[in-house]
Amino acid sequence: MAKAATKTDTALAARLARQDHFRMLRLGTPFQPRIDALMQTSDWYDWAGYRAPHSVFDEELEYFAIRSQAALFDISPMVKYRVEGRDAESFLNRVTLRDVRKLRPGRVHYTAWCDDEGHVLDDGTLFRLGAQTFRLCSQERHLPWLLDSAIGYDVKIAEETEEIAGLALQGPTSFAVLREAGFAGVEKLKVFDLAEFPHDGGKVTISRTGFTGDLGYELFAPAKLALSLWDRLWKAGELRGIRAIGYAALNRARLEAGLIVANADFTTADHALRADRVRMPDEIGLGFMIDLEKGHFNGRRAIVEARAKGSMRHVLVGLEIEGNIPAEHAIVYHRKTREVGLVSAAIWSPTAKRNIALASLSRPYGDTVTDNLWVEIYAMRELKYERMMKRATIVPRPFVKLARRTANPPGDF
Amino acid sequence: MKNWDAIIIGGGHNGLVNACYLQRAGLDVLVLEKNDWVGGAAVSRSLAPGFLYSNCSYVCSLFRPEIMRDLELPRFGLQVIAYEGGAVFTQDGDYLANYRDHHAHRREFARFSARDAEAYDRYARDVTRQCRFIQPFLMRTAPDPTSLKPRDLGELIYLGKKFSGLGAAEMAQTLRFWTMSISEFLDEYFETDVIKANFSISGIIGTALGPMSPGTAYVLLHHYMGEVDGSVGAWGYARGGMGAVTKALAASFEASGGTIRAGAAVDQVLVGNGKATGVVLEGGEEVAGRLVVSNADVKRTFLKLVEEKELPDTFLRRVKNFKIRGSSGKVNIALDSLPEFPALPKDAPSIRGDLHFTDSVERMDRAYDDWKAGKWSADPFLDMMIPTTLDPTMAPPGKHFMSCFVQYCPPKVEGSDWTDADRDAFAETVVSQIADYSPGFRDRIVHMEVRTPRELEAEVGLTEGNIFQGELTFDQLLFNRPVPGYAQYRSPVDGLYICGSSAHPGGGVMGAPGRNAAVEILRDLKHSSKHMSPAHDVI
Amino acid sequence: MTSSDAIVIGGGHNGLVCAAMLAKSGRKVTVLEAAAETGGAARSEEFFAGFRVSSVAHVLNRLHPDVVSSLELEKQGLETLAGGGMPSVALSERGEPLILRGAYGEVLVGASASEQAAWQDLRAQLFRYAGILKPMLSRRPPDLNGMALGETLALGQVALALKRLGKEDMRDFLRIILMNVADLLDEQLEDDRLKGLLAFDATLGSHLGPRSPTSLLGLYYRLAGETGGLPGAQMVPKGGMGSVVAAIASAAGAAGVSIRTYTIVEKVLVENGRAVGVELASGEQLRAPTIVSAVNPATTFLDLVGPRELDTGFVRKVRHIRMKGDAAKLHLALDRPPEFLGVDAAGHRGRLVIAPSPNHVELAFNPSKYGEFSPEPVMEITLPSLADPSLAPDGACVLSAVVQYAPYALKEGWAKGKPKFQKAILAQLEKFAPGIGKTIRHAELLTPADIEARYRMPGGHWHHGELQADQMLMSRPVFGADGYDTPVAGLYLCGAGSHPGGGVSGAPGLNAARRIIAMKG
Repeated sequence: MAKAATKTDTALAARLARQDHFRMLRLGTPFQPRIDALMQTSDWYDWAGYRAPHSVFDEELEYFAIRSQAALFDISPMVKYRVEGRDAESFLNRVTLRDVRKLRPGRVHYTAWCDDEGHVLDDGTLFRLGAQTFRLCSQERHLPWLLDSAIGYDVKIAEETEEIAGLALQGPTSFAVLREAGFAGVEKLKVFDLAEFPHDGGKVTISRTGFTGDLGYELFAPAKLALSLWDRLWKAGELRGIRAIGYAALNRARLEAGLIVANADFTTADHALRADRVRMPDEIGLGFMIDLEKGHFNGRRAIVEARAKGSMRHVLVGLEIEGNIPAEHAIVYHRKTREVGLVSAAIWSPTAKRNIALASLSRPYGDTVTDNLWVEIYAMRELKYERMMKRATIVPRPFVKLARRTANPPGDF
Repeated sequence: MKNWDAIIIGGGHNGLVNACYLQRAGLDVLVLEKNDWVGGAAVSRSLAPGFLYSNCSYVCSLFRPEIMRDLELPRFGLQVIAYEGGAVFTQDGDYLANYRDHHAHRREFARFSARDAEAYDRYARDVTRQCRFIQPFLMRTAPDPTSLKPRDLGELIYLGKKFSGLGAAEMAQTLRFWTMSISEFLDEYFETDVIKANFSISGIIGTALGPMSPGTAYVLLHHYMGEVDGSVGAWGYARGGMGAVTKALAASFEASGGTIRAGAAVDQVLVGNGKATGVVLEGGEEVAGRLVVSNADVKRTFLKLVEEKELPDTFLRRVKNFKIRGSSGKVNIALDSLPEFPALPKDAPSIRGDLHFTDSVERMDRAYDDWKAGKWSADPFLDMMIPTTLDPTMAPPGKHFMSCFVQYCPPKVEGSDWTDADRDAFAETVVSQIADYSPGFRDRIVHMEVRTPRELEAEVGLTEGNIFQGELTFDQLLFNRPVPGYAQYRSPVDGLYICGSSAHPGGGVMGAPGRNAAVEILRDLKHSSKHMSPAHDVI
Repeated sequence: MTSSDAIVIGGGHNGLVCAAMLAKSGRKVTVLEAAAETGGAARSEEFFAGFRVSSVAHVLNRLHPDVVSSLELEKQGLETLAGGGMPSVALSERGEPLILRGAYGEVLVGASASEQAAWQDLRAQLFRYAGILKPMLSRRPPDLNGMALGETLALGQVALALKRLGKEDMRDFLRIILMNVADLLDEQLEDDRLKGLLAFDATLGSHLGPRSPTSLLGLYYRLAGETGGLPGAQMVPKGGMGSVVAAIASAAGAAGVSIRTYTIVEKVLVENGRAVGVELASGEQLRAPTIVSAVNPATTFLDLVGPRELDTGFVRKVRHIRMKGDAAKLHLALDRPPEFLGVDAAGHRGRLVIAPSPNHVELAFNPSKYGEFSPEPVMEITLPSLADPSLAPDGACVLSAVVQYAPYALKEGWAKGKPKFQKAILAQLEKFAPGIGKTIRHAELLTPADIEARYRMPGGHWHHGELQADQMLMSRPVFGADGYDTPVAGLYLCGAGSHPGGGVSGAPGLNAARRIIAMKG
């Protein structure tokens, strides 16, 4: 025994060929050689098992690259599923909250999906690549859920995270960079549009989407085209201030845009160990996605019931906090005494020039009771907590709204 | 004649834990151990020159950190070396490894199934939820559901509250989980046989059940609640072998003024007017004590050491009905070099972890069928490790100690006592399984110790060689362990207690029964137990 | 067009009980049955020219007294159930059978005096403990969502009954409830024949061996049943099981239920999350505000409703219901009545069981775990034509046997395996009734795969899903569809897949009807 591998057994051969992954616990992405070459801070973090830059050369300057120039952010570690087949549309309509029938080929929408109890499993973006072809991008992994949801549908689902390289090009000069790089017709893309463009003998899908609230694009290409794609953008962007950035800068931009992150601003249902940590869409500001008219979708009954009973206990709000000290993970109080919630993310916004935060509050606070809210900030300064109680005001999101994000034609900066 | 405050029968880890706590409470405690060494089933024995064998228990993770802290075990020499996680060899020449790193773990599973790779998160979440529910009960005395005493009612309410706190869906799931087989439970998550076999292991180790038997999902929890320095589920080797645990306990005990007498086998517990007054040793010497705590299993304690007339019929009936069938054996091997496993890449960390050759649930359950028929498994399940890959103190330089835990192995062979020939044939079954995966294995063997339930009973005193001092089935858990009505470490004889794994929460080198028994004893003595730190919070 | 208040899918005994109860409450009810006649797995059928037999279920031992009284079945032609003292005979190869007379062994014949005494103790204990659980049979499982008053009362009743047992009895109850039957028998009994019979009865109809933890529950389930007011009593009704169903159908008819046979339901119509009707194989649509399914829950949800109207987690749970049957049914047309070794005439009219010891049953169970049939199967045999000569031509005899273990998903496939299994069964029969083989005029073996195809019961499982601890009460058939209502408003379950489970009891049908009436469905 034990010496089996015959050449005909290709499945076994494939399995044996992948044994050595334990030698490198954090994978490189298809862009890794380029990022390695630019990396100055050696400031890596673990993004879903990939070695991803937290910063590349200077967190501050990287942030300003997003807002004033063009920033390249490697999104390859994002989990990607390809959904194809005759029933792909109705399948996704049953899985996700929004009406997928309204998503035309060549369009993208931001969506979320729930378990039976109506608790959010994840949020993500759904790309309609064709009448029967979609790409679903998310933070967490969901293959068993998607496969089990596909019972009774004529649809094929494949996980393609490693095969597909992804790159976000964000910032005011991003359009100019793409045009300069020769992606003819890219100016026709309106926000949430996508189209395919030829590249290096293959194709790259470009969508006018992003996670920054700025003018920006996301590019997806087979992994083998990744380096030439990077080089093409880099060369075109030289005079437009193109910079490679890490997550720290992106995180500031996304917070200014008021966007939430799964398992940072809310706990996904598949990860919650404690029964009270899960959230319904309405409780994290995603209620707008729910389409009760489209027919059955996962969690619909629970959501309808919770809405009818008024049993949802939380609400996610944007806060503007007096002063300039970020209130990260601060406790929110009503009348400075009653604990009513927690800040999940907070920064001083360089663009809005405001102290902003996302917080989860317990109803009725944040819902019908919105005045007299306070946050207690513990700011560690040279091994001492500087404690302050600051007034917080619920404000609409995004905190930063930029006309150039949606302007048509896109601005040529 | 000296009248000890407490006499502990048996210097196993629970006996020593109990002794330590009582001694530190200010009692004058004597531990009596029949062997010339202490440790019970947590020992390091030098049976071949230069080698130390963890010849019974072989890994350390369940041991409660609260006890390690209270009894200052690190100060008395206990070091736990965490290992990475092992592998299951497959019959097609591959293997499935377990890595601590979440993503390496996922990618390893993805070699077999993309679906299973991504199913692990939900599986881990659900098992962790169950662990979080049950873990607080390890360090609590089980309530008596027939009692109306405030303390029992309070505990029942605590249980009820914790349960209803789970929410309706999780409550239903918990009720299912408790009665499911590990194989059925895994079927709800995974599709790949070797992955299911890999997770089934924790559902069967130490039990007289197969992975397809209802109730084995719960057993999984019993093995998942281990902690090494706070990391739930991690396993480690005790440096110097498992004897290091009991050596540290003995040293802690003696440092606090306790007395150990080795080579002192107890023949009888003396009872006068329904109260324990001491013990008689083999040879007739009497030792007096105000209370007696038995670390021996419940059958040995009440059917061999206490006279029948001292015990009520109902109690005796229940003790006789206590199920304690041994199901495992142990083969300890001294090797003159590190064995090779061609299926494993040269630098794979798995060689330092637990290795297995049973790659399907069916093979595991068939191994169990043999046991039910009174035979050792023809194709046994092995939990094999080579601690010397991380702990060179257990073997001469370049040489290795290999510990093979073997299931299933019956207490009797088709109804007859084990013979030496049976034992050798059993060992051959084990060696030949290893040799199938490790060329030249036989040539490396320097010495081998084979332990069937017969040897475990004879040396360690475990009735029928059961390593948990009693099977872990519902009828023998919580308020039913060891027997209904006496699940709170006390016995029908005043002043006679039990503190071994026969008592709640059961077996494994955990120390919880020893500690919980100390809590009850000190309560009866109206003695402070301030020297015991509270059980860890689960929040 | 709404023609009925309620449509019941499936005219098995539970569907008919539910329909009759609903009709009695003033509802207009239609039962849709796929086959030529109602009765499901409790029909009587001709399996060979001149030979008739009860199709799957062949012994009546748990028809719920509330069903008998509510539907006044005795007025509808059900033979009186009183005196249902059919014996059970533990057959012996050595010609020394053991006979349990009266209601489940009020008298034990053929055992030693000490064994008789031990048995009486155990029997009393088992009935006492089964009695604690009995009230749960005719109620909804406890509702974990908020515990409505009625349900709390039911649980309170159980708790009270427990308390009334006294401390030591309560302790034993709590100890043994989830035990395996073999260990308990070993604790209290000596005689392998008796233990074998009990081990067989505990595991009949489930994928458990006597040494599987929780297998004792099967015995409790059996002993919680009663016949003619006698707990544990059993009988072969005159005319076979078909006569019981006929009485229920007649009660349904009297209450105004309309029954359509040859009517296959293809789909449950769901609009806006609500069941509004059914679509038949013919394409015809029938609408009603209440749809009740007596068929298997997996069929109901996955095929009739379809995953598209359900949530993924729920679909997952439904797919995980274990329902691969292990029981086959053997029908023999015999030239003359067989003679089982050492059994007298009265014994031959009883329930004859081949299960020489718990170990034998366990050994029979082992291969079924791996998709193989028992080489030495265990079985329960009746000779219904002895009591009811109309079932067979003059002088001839019908043998009906439930045989275990015959795993639904036989690894080698039933096409290949069936003849081999039949040979194994006949070899086993020959040992206990020498010469029987030569008198066989015709043999019909229904494997679980055959039962599935013929009676539209997935997995060939008469409980519509394993009746094991983790598939009981609020987990029957799955959490979220326990207690007869389902995630789809207006759709209810009333079959054996729901609490309390299968067997010809009518309890699921009865409880479901009560629930529907309470919900004003």
